[in-house]
Amino acid sequence: MTLVIGITVFALAAFVGFEVITKVPPQLHTPLMSGSNAISGITLVGALVTAGRGGTLAWVLGFLAVAFAAVNVVGGFMVTDRMLQMFRKDRR
Amino acid sequence: MSGAAASFLYLIAACLFIFGLKRLSSPVTARSGNTLSATGMLLAVIVTLLDAGIVDYTVIAAGLLAGGAVGAVLARRVAMTGMPQLVAAFNGFGGIASAMVVASEFLVDAPLERDAGITVAVSTIVGVFTFTGSLVAFGKLQGLLPGRPMVFRGQFALDGILAAAAIGVAAWMVTAGDAAALWVLVGLSALFGVTRTLPVGGADMPVIVAFLNSMSGIAAASTGFVIESVALIISGALVGASGLVLTNIMSKAMNRSLANVLFSGFGGNGEARAAAATAGAVRRATVDDAALTLAYARSVIVVPGYGLAVAQGQFGMRELADRLETRGVKVRYAVHPVAGRMPGHMNVLLAEADVPYEQLLDLDEINDDFPLTDVALVVGANDVVNPVAREDSSSPIYGMPILDVDRARSVIVVKRSLSPGFAGIDNPLFYMDSTMMLFADAKAALDDLAKAVREA
Repeated sequence: MTLVIGITVFALAAFVGFEVITKVPPQLHTPLMSGSNAISGITLVGALVTAGRGGTLAWVLGFLAVAFAAVNVVGGFMVTDRMLQMFRKDRR
Repeated sequence: MSGAAASFLYLIAACLFIFGLKRLSSPVTARSGNTLSATGMLLAVIVTLLDAGIVDYTVIAAGLLAGGAVGAVLARRVAMTGMPQLVAAFNGFGGIASAMVVASEFLVDAPLERDAGITVAVSTIVGVFTFTGSLVAFGKLQGLLPGRPMVFRGQFALDGILAAAAIGVAAWMVTAGDAAALWVLVGLSALFGVTRTLPVGGADMPVIVAFLNSMSGIAAASTGFVIESVALIISGALVGASGLVLTNIMSKAMNRSLANVLFSGFGGNGEARAAAATAGAVRRATVDDAALTLAYARSVIVVPGYGLAVAQGQFGMRELADRLETRGVKVRYAVHPVAGRMPGHMNVLLAEADVPYEQLLDLDEINDDFPLTDVALVVGANDVVNPVAREDSSSPIYGMPILDVDRARSVIVVKRSLSPGFAGIDNPLFYMDSTMMLFADAKAALDDLAKAVREA
């Protein structure tokens, strides 16, 4: 993949992001932040590749990267779910 | 699994993120949207484990277990008031994970081609900056660091030197492929994250947390360039865009630009500045006066500020609203974008107290209704209801969007004292004829009001 293609994908995805996010109501901005934060934990995919390579340096950095990214992903999605389940309609 | 099949599955994961975010457009579908995003993440992880030619699974298993357990415990234990700190910490973790991935790529494969070298440099700077910046934000939000803006002399010069040095070292790293250059770059970026966040005041934290949220996405995307992963580029771009949208909304709600938040050292804790001379007498109310006014109103709009959450008064607030509703009073909540300590924070705090989301209205939805409302009940809010922002062009908060509480038929303000808010300016709302001041702790006042309304 060339740098140019990467930048193209990045730019288009950013536009999709702007379109989608501007439609999220202010009520849900906190779950939006924690949820999108969990998505940025996608770096976990890179961390897995690093950790799986073998070699001492990759071993150490890989372990730490996987652990940090996993906190981000697991914690992010769980806390978002915890918040969203509190938003309820009026019972009456 | 063939490379094409894996690429296709990564694309599906990215699409699940987009659908997941799209479902956040309503509280009805939001929870399923989050599940969809999490499913996308699980898919991406499984594909990677099967496809990436991994030779050693033990480190991975250990990292996933350790990180997953810590994440799960934090997510379960955190109090809703502590959400900004948690998100700040998570932003930082994502940033440092991204930086570690590219550092390992660089150290194992160096020297890299020019393009790859540049992306490693960018990813390192952004990832490490996000990490240390988020740690400082966490410290300020958690009260470990002073909330006031820590401005020092030569701030701009230092920023300039750090930025120039980082660019120079990055160039050295790309051309020479030297491991030492990477570590210097890490050090510079770490320092930059700290010096850039320390001068931001406690009141500006919503903006800075949203900004670091955006940076954590950019870090992930730039890592995607290094390891040539479209999944990382798309997801990182989505988060980067999301954080930027929120940063923008927050800056507007505070009547500031992002540059102003980052560089002005404004937005302390309010104590530092003296209030302007008070402009006359206030009308003090007792709990019974206020309770009667509320009980015999037809419509009430509650304006909660962060003071309410600090006092844990949102449950008493809900109790009071219940009492009023059984008497046939129409109760709604007007939530200013900066009412909490991060975007949308107040809504989460009220949802926790079981306030139905239909009653939570934002500035644009409710502002026209104040003139038609009998009572506006302001609890723990100050600057966001200060009419000066609308009327006095010489005021520092002039132009900031406010809730037009002063246009309601009568106003009850629950507040500890007449001390000014974050902006450190006096609030004429408190001296209006139609305003009653109830000086008390928010939680105690709301509990007393609920009791008094029941007996009214």
